[in-house]
Parts: sequence; structure tokens; C-alpha cells
Amino acid sequence: MTTKENIYESEWLIVSDGCCVQYGEALAIDDVTFSITKGKKIAVVGPNGGGKSTLFKALAGLIPLSSGSLKIDGLDPLKAKGMISYIPQKDSLNWNFQLSVKQVVEMGLTDKSTLLSFNQKKNAEMINESLDQVGILDKSEENINNLSGGQQQRVLLAKALIQDSIILLLDEAFSAIDVGAQEDIMKIINGSDLKEKTILVATHDINNLEDKFDEVLCLNRHCCAFGDPLEVLTEEVIEEMYGSHENMFLDHKPGSHGS
Amino acid sequence: MLSELLIDPFQYDFMIRALIAAVFCGATLSTLGTFTINRNMGFMADAMAHATLPIIAVGVFFGFSISELGAPAAIVVAIFLGFIVKNTKIGEDTSIGIIFSTFFALGFILIKLLNVTINLEDLLFGQILAVNRSDIYIITALFLIVIGTIVIFFKQLLFYSFDPIGAEVKGLNTNFLNYLFLITLSLAVVSALQTVGIILVLSMLIIPAASAKLITNTFIDSIKVSIAFGIISSVAGLIISYHLDLPTGPSMSLVASTVFLLSYISSKSKIKNR
Repeated sequence: MTTKENIYESEWLIVSDGCCVQYGEALAIDDVTFSITKGKKIAVVGPNGGGKSTLFKALAGLIPLSSGSLKIDGLDPLKAKGMISYIPQKDSLNWNFQLSVKQVVEMGLTDKSTLLSFNQKKNAEMINESLDQVGILDKSEENINNLSGGQQQRVLLAKALIQDSIILLLDEAFSAIDVGAQEDIMKIINGSDLKEKTILVATHDINNLEDKFDEVLCLNRHCCAFGDPLEVLTEEVIEEMYGSHENMFLDHKPGSHGS
Repeated sequence: MLSELLIDPFQYDFMIRALIAAVFCGATLSTLGTFTINRNMGFMADAMAHATLPIIAVGVFFGFSISELGAPAAIVVAIFLGFIVKNTKIGEDTSIGIIFSTFFALGFILIKLLNVTINLEDLLFGQILAVNRSDIYIITALFLIVIGTIVIFFKQLLFYSFDPIGAEVKGLNTNFLNYLFLITLSLAVVSALQTVGIILVLSMLIIPAASAKLITNTFIDSIKVSIAFGIISSVAGLIISYHLDLPTGPSMSLVASTVFLLSYISSKSKIKNR
């Protein structure tokens, strides 16, 4: 278990110290403290509204903290943007656009300096390499809307991988895809190609987490537990995570976490 | 016979000017339309057209022409609409609806109060035959600005439109891209006020794009086909209105609707034949 005394040691890549985020008056996450070393694969579990997406958005520098601190390799999230690739929940993408697989992956190479860029050849090699990593090179010309849910998730993973970031955040990567497709994606995540990457996956599936992930972060607005899945996923933690405990937060405010 | 039907109308200067306006407006609107329909922003575009009315009323009162007022009015309306939609909690459609109706009503009141001489029918349904040389310059400039912006920022706009969160994480200036698109859309809309008018501009914006989407498989192809449909609808509408002595804006809209119907039938028969 992470303590406030050891979180600033240098091997930590992500350090969250009493991290709080609020939307208006509502605390979305409260006093979340954990730290993650390089190359670890982390499951982030918890109920809907438990703060998984909020934590990811804070890590990605999309929303500010109301108190506490969050460091990526010693930097504030806003300054660490190039280090993170974020795969958002599928329903936050606009599927009306009829895009090819390679067009979506190419977005991973698009940044604010991408102007008038129609040089497809230059990027083609990188796109193919990335699609090969996730095993769907043969689908590069297909319309992304014609793919299965699992294949779409792999395209999004390829889009994240092409950015060559050291941290990958996958928000609800397994929602609405079958077990076989989930296994395929976990094989890619745990494969040798991604050994160096630190990967956080928000998921609702808490079965056999120890087979797939190094550590688990249990969130229900606060950090219920963090560590080896075999050790921390106790009945009490699961009850704390998914049971109702509204009263716990009655006297919580940003920076003051109850008595 | 056919060549006479096509060429005859253009022996007059005013018809040549109308043709240029029709081609440029058709191309501008149908290009923007492809983004608009996929981002479900048709209502926003409609509101932009209507919300320009009070600015036009005040501008005409001070001696400017509708074409001269178009660009500044478009920018003001786009920024205002974008800001309100982003910063109110009552929902996008609701806030657009409030601005839409308030500005349109205000426009009519100002026209009456300021005693401005505006032919409302022309403003609502367009009067492409009255386009003069300076209007053509403005329409051409707006065409170049709109198309140039889309070409330059195409990949960023596409990324932002498909995956706004991913684009922000990647460091794209999403706020800038949001307002850039709104202003570009608004410029495209006002460039066509004289051609098809406030009410019918929506038809030339979304119908060619929707028709193209029905019969194409990729976004890039849908842009190309949409531009072709936009130009064909505008020019065919102009020619038909000349020969049958019909109002031009509504003729263009109905040709676009006919193209949509044919595209729909074609897409259905394709599915059936699979």
C-alpha cells in the first residue's frame, strides 16, 4: 500500500498525493493517494460515478485539481501532455464520421503543427507498424463503423500506440465487447512490445484481475485500496467500493477529508 | 436543344454573375455541410443565418450593403453562439433556440423601428439575380477563406470532430478549433444569404452533404460528392428558375431535395442488391 512517506521516491512515474477533483459543489474524487512505477499495468475499478474517468482526465491534464497534487514523471499533468495517450470511452467519439481505420490511427500523429498535411506516404509506414502491433493490419482501408467492437477498440489502441507515449490510459476499454475480444486486447497490453509502457485500464470486470494486471486501484470517489489484486481485493474493499456509503462523504470538502 | 437550354440564360450579365455566385456558394456550403451533418450542427447553422438579421438591420441603417455586413455579422454571431452554448447549462439545442428566436424577432423589430428599407422576401428566400459586381468579389473572397481554412486545418478539425477529448490530450487547441469551425460555418452561411436567403440556406448546407453521405463510403468521398451535388443543385436551380420564371432560391432548394431523393433511392437499391 502506498503511504504519503514513500510516494516521492524517484522510481515513481505517477504520483497522486491527496488528489481531489470537484465539479461545482460535488466532489468527484476525494483524497486519492497512490503511486505507480514505470512499466506497470494497472486496473482501475469502481462503480459508475466512482471517479475512474475523472482520475484519467486529471492525469491527462483535462481537468484541474481542487486540492492535492498529481505528478507525471515529476511534472504537472498540463506539462506532461506528450507523455500520455488517452483512449476515451467509445461513446465520447463521433461515430457519424465515415472514417477509414488508417485515418483514425493517423490522428495519433496529428498535433497542433499539422497544417496542410496531405503527405500520406510519410505516415503510412508508422500507421502500418502500429496496426500490425494490434493485429489488424489487413483492416487498414476498412470503414471503422463496419468493424466489430473489439476491432474498433484495437484501432483506438493503435491510434494511442502511434503516439509513442510512455503512459496509456484506456477508459472503459472493455465495455460492450465480448470476452474473447477482451482477452485479445489484454494479450496486446501484456505483450513484449508494450513492456515499457505504463498502462492504466478502467474496467468494471473485477474477475481474475491478478492474471491480467500488476496492480489494482479501487475507486469509489476515494481510494478504497491500491496494490496487488490478490492482496487488496478483499470482501471489505469490494463492499466499500460497490456498497452504499453516502454518509462517509457528508463532511468531506476539498482539502478537508472529514473528521 | 439541350445546349440552348443551358447556354441561353447566360447571354445576360446578371445571369453570369448569378452563375458565379451559385457555383461559389454551392461549393462553400456543401463543403461545410459535410462537417455540419456529422456533428449534428444543422440547427446551429440555421440559428446563425437567422441571428444575423438584427446586425443586417443596423448595418443597412448606417448605409452598408448586406454583402458588406455578412462577414462581420458572421463572426459576431459565431462567437456569441459558441460562447453561450458552451457556458450555459440549459442544453445546446435550448440555448440555440433561445438565441435564434430572440435575434430573429429583434431583427424584425429593428427593421420597423429604424425604418430600414430591406426587401424581406429577398432576405428570407434570396435574390441571386440582384447580385452585383462587388457582391461577387465578397462571395469569392468568402469562398477562398472558407475553403482555405478547411484545407489548412482539415486534419485537426477532423480529429477534433471525431475525438474531442483525444484531440485535447494530444495538445490540439480545441477551443481555437471550435471557434474556427463556428466562424467558418457562419461565414459560409452568410455568404449565401443573397443567393438562397436566411430560410433556405440550411437546405443548401445540409441536403447535398446528406445526399453524398447516402451514396459514399468514406468521409473524403462524401466531401467530393457533396461539392458536386451542391454546385449541380445551385446551377440547375438557377437555369430552371430562368426558363420557368420561378423564384431562384426555392428552385435551388428543390433541385437539392430531388438529388437527395435520388440518392436515397440509389442507396436503398444498393442495399437490396447486396
